[in-house]
Amino acid sequence: MVDFTLWDIVRNLLLAARWTVVLSLIAFVGGGLVGLALLVLRSLDKPWLQRLVAGYVQLFQGTPLLMQLFLAYFGLALLGVETSAWFAASLALTLYTSAFLTEIWHGCVRAVPRGQWEAAQSLALSFMEQMRHVVLPQAGRLAVAPTVGFLVQVIKGTALASVIGFVELTKAGTMITNATFEPFLVYSCVALMYFALCYPISHYSRVLEGRLHVRH
Amino acid sequence: MSDTDQNNNGAAVSIKGLRKSYGSNEVLKGIDLEVRPGEVIAIIGKSGSGKSTLLRCVNGLEVFQHGELQVQGQPLVYQDAAAMRSLRQRVGMIFQQFNLFPHLSVGRNVMLAPGLVKKEGGAALEERAKQLLARVGLADKFSAYPDQLSGGQQQRVAIARALAMNPGILLCDEITSALDPELVGEVLGVVESLAAEGMTLLMVTHEMGFARKVSDRVIFMHQGRVHEVGPPAELFAAPRTPELQQFLASIH
Amino acid sequence: MSIELDFMAVLAEWPMLLRGAAWTLGLTAISAVLGVALGIACAWARTEGAAPLRWVVGAYVELIRNTPFIVQLFFIFFGLPALGLRLSPEWSSVIAMVVNLGAYAAEIVRAGVQATPKGQVEAAMSLALTRAQTFVHVVLPPALRRVWPALVSQIIIVMLGSAVCGQIATQELSYAANLIQSRNFRAFEAFIIATLMYLLMAMAIRHVLNRVGDRFLFGGRRG
Repeated sequence: MVDFTLWDIVRNLLLAARWTVVLSLIAFVGGGLVGLALLVLRSLDKPWLQRLVAGYVQLFQGTPLLMQLFLAYFGLALLGVETSAWFAASLALTLYTSAFLTEIWHGCVRAVPRGQWEAAQSLALSFMEQMRHVVLPQAGRLAVAPTVGFLVQVIKGTALASVIGFVELTKAGTMITNATFEPFLVYSCVALMYFALCYPISHYSRVLEGRLHVRH
Repeated sequence: MSDTDQNNNGAAVSIKGLRKSYGSNEVLKGIDLEVRPGEVIAIIGKSGSGKSTLLRCVNGLEVFQHGELQVQGQPLVYQDAAAMRSLRQRVGMIFQQFNLFPHLSVGRNVMLAPGLVKKEGGAALEERAKQLLARVGLADKFSAYPDQLSGGQQQRVAIARALAMNPGILLCDEITSALDPELVGEVLGVVESLAAEGMTLLMVTHEMGFARKVSDRVIFMHQGRVHEVGPPAELFAAPRTPELQQFLASIH
Repeated sequence: MSIELDFMAVLAEWPMLLRGAAWTLGLTAISAVLGVALGIACAWARTEGAAPLRWVVGAYVELIRNTPFIVQLFFIFFGLPALGLRLSPEWSSVIAMVVNLGAYAAEIVRAGVQATPKGQVEAAMSLALTRAQTFVHVVLPPALRRVWPALVSQIIIVMLGSAVCGQIATQELSYAANLIQSRNFRAFEAFIIATLMYLLMAMAIRHVLNRVGDRFLFGGRRG
């Protein structure tokens, strides 16, 4: 029986945590881009498009992320696409993030008072100009805190990718537990590492929220 | 009317040299006042003169820093929660914003405190609540909810709710200021009948006509002090200080 | 390229799927009640408790909200036995879900409590109610009403998160789907059906809980 030191455990977990960060960033940036596109689609004055986006959001918000990961993994395999855990996890998390972010941002756009739209219209700005110069900047300010806050959900979501074999922090924890028979120690370290990643972001999101209210 | 001990030689409320500050801002600069049992006192003055603050000191909603305050012979002990609750059973308060409990029916609003604090219960409590509501003219509203009532009706429920605890002293903090003018009369009518029955009343009010009619003494407060005190006939007809003259002129 | 989907192979196993769904709903029901109760207790502690208690509750809330549910579950199921506390998959799942929901409910209920108009508390104090009586009878019911939609959403989030409990062999819906596909290799179909069942359960729970809230919590008052 090989003896493992605490440092052995921590070092391996940290190495795996890199992939947690990478996957989180892929999902967050990718999801942000898709979410932005969906936001624009939603604000075009076409009810069927709006219903479609709303349905998309309901689908991702009303089903388990774990199922979404499984469907991405097995669905891609069905389509004959070369499926790696990386690709499936990235795809599922990107779409998941896009649904939540677009809903958050949609809420922020709706929170911009009607009077702003009307004033912009009265100044003869086109729809895109209204969005770009008047509505989106204000919606954007409202959106910063909850968007940063959602990054925490994304990071936590990457832990589920372990179930489809993606080697990130949680999967590494499972593997190391099996090797060292120290589940309490290992999972405590795993939890603390997630905490170290997430808590500063949560805190920052709260700070941003506070700043927003003070400004008004 | 009160079920507390009769303190015949003692004042209902005795205030000596009361001073209160919010941080560095002193809002009560030395108040002296003796209220006899059964007396009706109207407290008038500009906003910011400290009238509501003084009233809220009497039932402990505001904490003062210097001076003495005794209610029915008992000094206020803020640290003693039981003593404070005992005080609040003897002193009731009606608020400007009514503060009825929106999730309870009118009847339950009236019955809540006696049920919890005095452990009254059952049919007897319900009967008493109905009697109190009848007393304020709302016998038929027992099962209604506050948001179904007008402002005047809500305030009358608030009075019934306070009376349910059998207080010896009632504090009224601008109880008609939030009411539409046509609803003021119904509330003042109830207060007048309470005064006639011998309830000790301290009222902060802007209703000068009512104060003149019902109160035994009127206190005019200005910048945290009792500026003038006297029977309403004297105070209103012959204000001695320029501040009171100005105040009376401004509200007519 | 033709994709051959065979949903019937999965639907043939409907008893297993239903049993899994029943487990999911059962786990959710127990966790909802206990988790919300825990959240209310924590909200009380944070507004009325002594400083050390407030700190402990605050630490608990932050710890749970900043770590993934799957890690919390694994910690309870795999980690606690090392301390001598061995729990069954089902108990581990319930405890993990209660602890998880409790932390989120604590924040949600606390927000509702803090939105109580000052006058309500003053009126209760003026009627000689104790702080505990004021909290239970005057502050909490309207607070719960205020935050009921947020609580319902959080319960649904926990229900969806319970899919992970299948990983420790709790026989809920995702476990059933996994079992089915391991036998007939219809993975995609199995998970599609399970996903749709989760979606239906989420919508049903929201509908039912909204009705429950209206009728029982709010004394019959609508909206």
